[in-house]
Amino acid sequence: MSHVLVIYTDDEPGVLTRVAMLFRRRGFNIHSLTVGPTEQVHVSRMTVVVDTDEATARRAVEHLRKLVNVLEVQQLGHGRNVVRDLALLRVSTAQGRSEVLQLVQVFRANVVDIADDSVVIECTGSLGKIEALVDSLRPFGILELGRTGAVAMARGLRSEASNRLAAAAVVAPGSTGAMSV
Amino acid sequence: MDRTGAQIIWECLLREGVETVFGYPGGAILPTYDAMTEYPIRHVLVRHEQSAVHMADGFARASGRTGVVVATSGPGATNLVTGLATAMLDSIPLVAITGQVGSGLLGTDAFQEVDITGITLPITKHNYLVTRAQDIAPAIREAFAVASSGRPGPVLVDITKDAQQGRATLDWEGAAPTRHLRHIPPSPAEVDLDRALVMINAAKRPVILAGHGIQLSGARAEVLALAELAQIPFAETLLGLGAVPASHALSLGMMGMHGESWVNQAIQEADLLIALGMRFDDRVTGRLKEYAPNALKIHVDIDASEINKLVPVDVPLGGDLKQVLQALLPSVKAADHTPWLERIRSWRGDSAVRDIKNLPDDGHLYAAHVMHDLWKITKGEAVVVTDVGQHQMWEAQYYHHDGERSLITSGGAGTMGFALPAAIGAKLARPEAEVWVVAGDGGFQMTFAELMTAVQEGVKVNIAIINNGYLGMVRQWQALFYEGRYAATPILSPDFVKLAGAFGIHGERVEKRSDLEAAVARARQQPGTALIEFKVEQEDAVYPMVAAGAALHDMIRRPSPSPIAETGADPV
Repeated sequence: MSHVLVIYTDDEPGVLTRVAMLFRRRGFNIHSLTVGPTEQVHVSRMTVVVDTDEATARRAVEHLRKLVNVLEVQQLGHGRNVVRDLALLRVSTAQGRSEVLQLVQVFRANVVDIADDSVVIECTGSLGKIEALVDSLRPFGILELGRTGAVAMARGLRSEASNRLAAAAVVAPGSTGAMSV
Repeated sequence: MDRTGAQIIWECLLREGVETVFGYPGGAILPTYDAMTEYPIRHVLVRHEQSAVHMADGFARASGRTGVVVATSGPGATNLVTGLATAMLDSIPLVAITGQVGSGLLGTDAFQEVDITGITLPITKHNYLVTRAQDIAPAIREAFAVASSGRPGPVLVDITKDAQQGRATLDWEGAAPTRHLRHIPPSPAEVDLDRALVMINAAKRPVILAGHGIQLSGARAEVLALAELAQIPFAETLLGLGAVPASHALSLGMMGMHGESWVNQAIQEADLLIALGMRFDDRVTGRLKEYAPNALKIHVDIDASEINKLVPVDVPLGGDLKQVLQALLPSVKAADHTPWLERIRSWRGDSAVRDIKNLPDDGHLYAAHVMHDLWKITKGEAVVVTDVGQHQMWEAQYYHHDGERSLITSGGAGTMGFALPAAIGAKLARPEAEVWVVAGDGGFQMTFAELMTAVQEGVKVNIAIINNGYLGMVRQWQALFYEGRYAATPILSPDFVKLAGAFGIHGERVEKRSDLEAAVARARQQPGTALIEFKVEQEDAVYPMVAAGAALHDMIRRPSPSPIAETGADPV
């Protein structure tokens, strides 16, 4: 079962290693991991999708909370989230370009590059939508596939974690980025 | 005031209350050593950096303060690894400061460059790579805060040579740490406290599992108050020995692999387990599927990730043990569990009579004799620092610890070679204490170079080497589970008495129980470190025993008929 964890961390070198090392060390299986900046300076946000049971996911949260560089961890409940993934696909058009383009329209994806015998398609959506597009295009010949992994956010009001974060807005004293690994 | 990075390091240590550090100099840490002479901090020069960590660890365990280690880059730093892992697994607060090559050389495989922050990432609570003088104070202050707060542990601060040589202004207040406060353990939910109280007040066959967390939290009084009020017997983990007094009427003794059979039986038949600052290690649970099948489980731990890790619990109480117990105690009802206590007592049966220590002297010397007699002679008041193996278990069975921080041993990691250096650290932390090393012939040979450290530093520890000519615990497993094939377990030792002579310390050998008392008396009277080699029965084994992976009540008993009876700890 997939669980989506949102982790707010210090924006310092090496924090990704610490998080990844924790997952490896404790044997938590990462399905995808994305990381990027947030609305606050010095704070990064990771979205980690883990394939595991509920108890293990909860344990992963508790372990993450012990990392000095972690400000907040949020385990998104099922159903009330926006989870988005971006895929780039190079698909062969040897069997006819128009059928491929039709599918692109159906999935509300975009063609971002056209070559003689292939096109590059960009698609953003839920994990399920991307899987469906990939399945539909497979018969034409998928030459290349790249995916970002999920970025997720809870629906409705601003999350409690994000609120707490804004209230705290802690920056490590003397934190220079060069201090931590 | 403008200072060098090296001066800032010592200034910070001084302000953190550090009086003693354990270390070994080298190229990349030289600027720091050069500045050391300006500060009133004692430096203990070790013979190997691993021992420096064990000393700082022993210092921390004996005193409750944070131990400090200094080492150079490369091999100096990698030699810390075993010691850091030992401290990590046993939740010991340490700060290790390592020199690193100049920041311009980082990543170039420069001479004596290793990625020590990368290497120690999973065996430290946190670590830092500091490349500028102005970042040293915030890193060291935060390191001390992280090491000692929450569940304690080791922290490493790697400081490049140019950061030590560079200059900066020390802004002590500005360097005050805050990030360690991010995850202060929450107090348990009211509803969980209420549920715990209902269970405690309703239990008929309760057992307290007393762990190391009692010591770390300073919760002895609260634990005893709970036990006495509700008449709940308590069983100790290895690191819980001494956290609560062994001579207490409600103390059952050690649980687990080499725990007493009645203790494990009590856990297996309990209807309520109250786990206090312990983490259900595989050495205390046996096969998880069959662990305490009839018991409701309440688990108090400051580390929420320990709760529901191995044993599913009914009531999770994440938080500081002392505070949690203070919240519970006013609502705990006085209870009388006489039938349950009687039942546990009946399981003891005749074990005290059959106990090896009570048998007539048959001319052989058994380690159990040594431990028992040492306990008697020192009135149980010594700080005993054990190594790892059979002697460690015999010590745990036969030396009954009443005092807090009176047993120092590597529990989680089981690090051989720990005892001698840790004892030197313990003695430096508590100079008034009588400190005994109890080590096997194998483990002692791993770190005995530190005898010279003890001599150079004028430290007195008493050393009991339990020499059976084997790596005894491994041999025991080979005897029980590998059809007696003693692969690589027979081990030769030097003449320990002559060895003591070479180090300029008192040394003697004991082969008969009747000679033991006088030898121990002579060792205690020596002004300096003294060593006694006890030549004990070679193929004796630690009983009872739960085989790895067996259920907790499924204990291997001493084979019968045997000249040696079952061991059994009865503090008489």
